[in-house]
Amino acid sequence: MDVRVKDIRKEFSHLPALENLSLDIRSGELIALLGPSGSGKTTLLRLIAGLESPTRGTIYFGEEDASSKTVQERNIGFVFQHYALFRHMTVLDNVAFGLTIRPSGTRPPKAEIRRRALDLLDLVQLSGLEKRYPAQLSGGQRQRVALARAMAVEPNVLLLDEPFGALDAQVRKELRRWLREIHDRTGHTTVFVTHDQDEALELADRVVVMSKGRIEQVGTPDEIYDAPNSPFVFGFIGESNCLPVRVESGQIWLEDRLIGLSAPGEADGSARLFFRPHDIELVDGCGGCLAGIVVQSRRVAGTRHVEIEIGAGRARVEIEVPPQKAIGEASRLAFRPTRFKLFRD
Amino acid sequence: MAHEATLPATLAASSRPVRSATTESHLARLTLIAVSLLFVALFILAPLVLVFAEALRNGTGEFLAALTDSDTLSSIRLTLLVAAISVPLNVVFGIAASWAIAKFEFKGKAFLTTLIDLPFSVSPVVSGLIFVLLFSSHSLLGPWLQSHGIKILFAVPGIVLATVFITFPFVARELIPLMQEQGTADEEAALSLGASGWQTFWYVTLPNIRWGLLYGVLLCNARAMGEFGAVSVVSGHIRGVTNTMPLQVEILYNEYSFVAAFAVAALLALLALVTLVVKSLLEFRYSAQIAASRRH
Repeated sequence: MDVRVKDIRKEFSHLPALENLSLDIRSGELIALLGPSGSGKTTLLRLIAGLESPTRGTIYFGEEDASSKTVQERNIGFVFQHYALFRHMTVLDNVAFGLTIRPSGTRPPKAEIRRRALDLLDLVQLSGLEKRYPAQLSGGQRQRVALARAMAVEPNVLLLDEPFGALDAQVRKELRRWLREIHDRTGHTTVFVTHDQDEALELADRVVVMSKGRIEQVGTPDEIYDAPNSPFVFGFIGESNCLPVRVESGQIWLEDRLIGLSAPGEADGSARLFFRPHDIELVDGCGGCLAGIVVQSRRVAGTRHVEIEIGAGRARVEIEVPPQKAIGEASRLAFRPTRFKLFRD
Repeated sequence: MAHEATLPATLAASSRPVRSATTESHLARLTLIAVSLLFVALFILAPLVLVFAEALRNGTGEFLAALTDSDTLSSIRLTLLVAAISVPLNVVFGIAASWAIAKFEFKGKAFLTTLIDLPFSVSPVVSGLIFVLLFSSHSLLGPWLQSHGIKILFAVPGIVLATVFITFPFVARELIPLMQEQGTADEEAALSLGASGWQTFWYVTLPNIRWGLLYGVLLCNARAMGEFGAVSVVSGHIRGVTNTMPLQVEILYNEYSFVAAFAVAALLALLALVTLVVKSLLEFRYSAQIAASRRH
């Protein structure tokens, strides 16, 4: 089901947590809300769920205004960071809960509920564990039970609040791939909150980058990574360098030197130059390039990270070079960004 | 230096036992254990044994005769009645208050938390006097109550009120930290799955707090049956009518009916012991579940 968030504002004791935010979530898509803590991503998720109510604005489920509906009426599936499984119930009872508590008119027969719960446990690869209690499961297993429980009510939209946040790195990676598979099989409209950009970029169809209660950018993982539309997104997603530069008649200057990059059509004035550590080429000698003194050189897995101080202002940047390249400390290195973006101040 | 270095490792280890940093020396441990045991024996065990010994001094016949005396029987009935009214009331109140305190943010929360502790910090006699001030014939409410034929002081309602007041912190005190620790995620999960407020309470909240609630009820019950001070002030000591078991013990003792006094006392002590045994049994039987419900 489509979910549309329109001009939402949310205040907590008069402090705005979300400011005039709008977002269209398409039916069947897997969308990530990504941002640092305090960016309002969890608040937005809870507003969609109906666990919080907006100070202003409307939330549509399909064509219907869901703003005034209670959390029960919205028929959503919510998965919590710390699972929130009912600890006194078996795994099977947990998954069946949403169906068991329905009023007798809409409640499926007992055998049917059991069958559906078992099917879901099969889907989340926990067959055979239905008689266990949550305390007898590992973290990853608990989160899979939580997901099965949320899916049991056939929700309009599946909402996941930092679903892998409490798990260790290995399990996390596994579950990430597995969630993608489940999504592709079931086709639920799914929104998940994360502060882990790898998770968002790897898993989501579209990523919503949030900061300070606002949406900074919405786009596919490629768009977000390759074409960040603000200094915040450039800085927040992936590694990046930032240098204070000047634009003069279409040419970019760092202090008193041309750096060999042009910005045709840009108005003159100061700007900030952003580029990624791997989007560079090393050059010999320098007429029109960035050059500086190597401060530190570290081998990190398949690449070598080199930190360089540039110019009189001694601005520091980090670039990636092939690991075979011998880099002496205090030696001089020249390079030129191959892809970059200018943001005006 | 040289021969020290050649000492066999095992010998070196055994001459200096490996101790964790928090373990005390043998002597210190023995002293601590001895002091606690002695204290418990002297101040708790000995009096308890004495109560039973005194009660049974002239044989079981006299013991049973003392318990089946009509005044004593009526005091037992009254004590049970008071407990049967005040414990359920405090269960409802305790759950409501701890729910409010643990799961909502509101103004005056700290004040409410402090108020709940009040009956613990105020002397029971003062608590009794509060009710005398409220309901006596010279008070604000007294004349109105009298004119409507409602008798609170020196009657069962007064005793129940005083007992409720004295025992209301037990359930709440037990539940507040438990509920605070558990947070609201389980309730939110239930609501998101379509459960109504009551369903959430019955199927999720109550099972989560059941062990804490049980402790609270047991402690509350023990105190409700044993309360002396506040009840003494409001009861009026009418024999066979407003005497609870603790008051009956005092009256019998003051009349030098030692065997009877100790017989009732023994019965009271027995109730307390049963409570403790039940609590320990439950803890033993369900320790895994209790640990799980606290951990999670």
